[in-house]
Amino acid sequence: MWQHLFWIFAHPWVYIIVLPAMGMVSDALPVFCRQPLVGYTLVVIATITTMILGFGVWVHHMFATGIPFMSLSFFSGASFIITIPSAVSVFAWILTIWYGKPVVKVPFLYFASFIVMFTIGGVSGVMTASVPADFQLHGTYFVVAHIHYVLIGINLFGVLGALYFWFPKMSGRMMSERLGTWAFAFIFGGFNLAFLPMHWTGLMGMPRRVYTYPEGAGWGWVNMTTTVGSFLLAFGILLVLVNVWHGLRRGKPAGDNPWDAPTLEWAVSSPPPPYNFATAPVLASRHPLWEDRLPEGSGRSSLHHGPLLDDGKEAMLTTVLDAEPDLVVKMPDDTLWPFLTTVAMTVFFGALLLHLWTWAAAGLGAILLCMLGWLWPRDDLAQTSKEAHHG
Amino acid sequence: MAETSGTIMDERGNEVLTFGRQGFGSIDGRSNGWWGTMTLLATEAALFVYLLFSYYYMAFHYGRTWLPAELPSFTLSGPSTVILITSSLTAWMGERSVKKDSRGGAVLWLVASLLLGAVFMGIQLKEWSDKPFMIDTDSYGSLYFTVTGFHMAHVAVGLLVLLALTVWTAVGKFDSRRRDPVSIGVIYWHFVDAVWLTVFFTFYVTTHLFQP
Repeated sequence: MWQHLFWIFAHPWVYIIVLPAMGMVSDALPVFCRQPLVGYTLVVIATITTMILGFGVWVHHMFATGIPFMSLSFFSGASFIITIPSAVSVFAWILTIWYGKPVVKVPFLYFASFIVMFTIGGVSGVMTASVPADFQLHGTYFVVAHIHYVLIGINLFGVLGALYFWFPKMSGRMMSERLGTWAFAFIFGGFNLAFLPMHWTGLMGMPRRVYTYPEGAGWGWVNMTTTVGSFLLAFGILLVLVNVWHGLRRGKPAGDNPWDAPTLEWAVSSPPPPYNFATAPVLASRHPLWEDRLPEGSGRSSLHHGPLLDDGKEAMLTTVLDAEPDLVVKMPDDTLWPFLTTVAMTVFFGALLLHLWTWAAAGLGAILLCMLGWLWPRDDLAQTSKEAHHG
Repeated sequence: MAETSGTIMDERGNEVLTFGRQGFGSIDGRSNGWWGTMTLLATEAALFVYLLFSYYYMAFHYGRTWLPAELPSFTLSGPSTVILITSSLTAWMGERSVKKDSRGGAVLWLVASLLLGAVFMGIQLKEWSDKPFMIDTDSYGSLYFTVTGFHMAHVAVGLLVLLALTVWTAVGKFDSRRRDPVSIGVIYWHFVDAVWLTVFFTFYVTTHLFQP
């Protein structure tokens, strides 16, 4: 039962790791293709479908543990079906590059290789989704190869590309393209040298989670390749860290929009001012900065003229589907209550750990009082019948 | 009532956005707190799904021998379930009274929910003390006290929320439009009751339905 509970949690968890990275690629890859994401709506639906299906496939980690036939069939089928939405995203990215005019910068290198890693990790995933194949592959290095292609390939490559992409917006400075290309070469080469042969070691039957193996097993040179690759990969990561450090200190000033990107964050200075926009921008399309060249949307976005919302901290709430203005909500302002609540929580949980029951009771009481103070309906936030006057 | 509205023009004098009179602040159950509570409830529901999954997993694997010799009875749990459902009804009436600007009625209904909730807690404590097993006796005892214990914790929080809402309503904090805390507290209370129905069905009803 513990295994079930673990995987019911942990399988959706791997999607929670990869889906944000997939979102970063869907967001940033089109910038380097000078072309909006192909099949945007389909990619959105595919992402949501992946997450929902992701809650119903956990048993494929446990095929070899003695599961009833019916259950094996169901979870194997569900695991096969999940390849469909993944494939939708992969083909959307490929077509975005195909129809676009790629500008090869460091982020593009990461995003493009991300697609390749995704495909390799996806195919080894489909192989293990098949119950008979999984009986053979379970507990071997094949699974180790698969997990690294999905976790490093789909998460790390996407996140590193996103780091190079958004670093100028965060810091106001560019990261070096030359050092970045070298780092990419080491990471891409080292990663594949380390983990591609692992499929082979797994197929030859090397079990995972062992620290040694007999001399004559024939795995020696494959494992040596893996070792060399892992050192190259580690060196590449070191170069990325150097690149970040160098970029922070000596990077060229980035300007507002170094990549000629279409979305809202590139319309403000780098790094952005604390208030982001002086007035709430009014959008007419998903690509407000590309509206001059794209034949899409109705009308033009207005980035510098919009509702002022300057009475305290306010935000415009819009309707879910049509994004029509619906309500001006008051956002919480600076207050000590959340901090006091966390202090009280520290006392409460610390006392529980140390079996100090009086302190625990005091901490619990303090938490409740802090929550009461925090949530007390306030006139100036328009939470009560006596809301403050608003012009 | 403060409202805001207007037409936004760009530098060329073109119309960018026109919007009608906008509501302002926490209003008609559309506040951030409402949606925050919805996500909280989804998370809490997932916790109970995990706990009940564990129960059914053990029950299907080990059958009758896994259950205690004396199956959970309806003597106390039946009335306590009716009491909890009634408290949901009274809480709903309380929210309705706030929406109708009837302060006295609202306080009355909220106090009724508080009392019914407290009675439920009392009955549940009696039921706990009557059990011949403890949380560390066996896996059944462990699941029984963990699941009903988590539910009791939610009831306790719900009672504190209802208490605060009763006081705030009594001193006139809310009216028919500015009443989001009441709606949020009451939906939380409905959730606690709905969870009890699943717990009740799992521990009390299924054991009698599938007797070998």
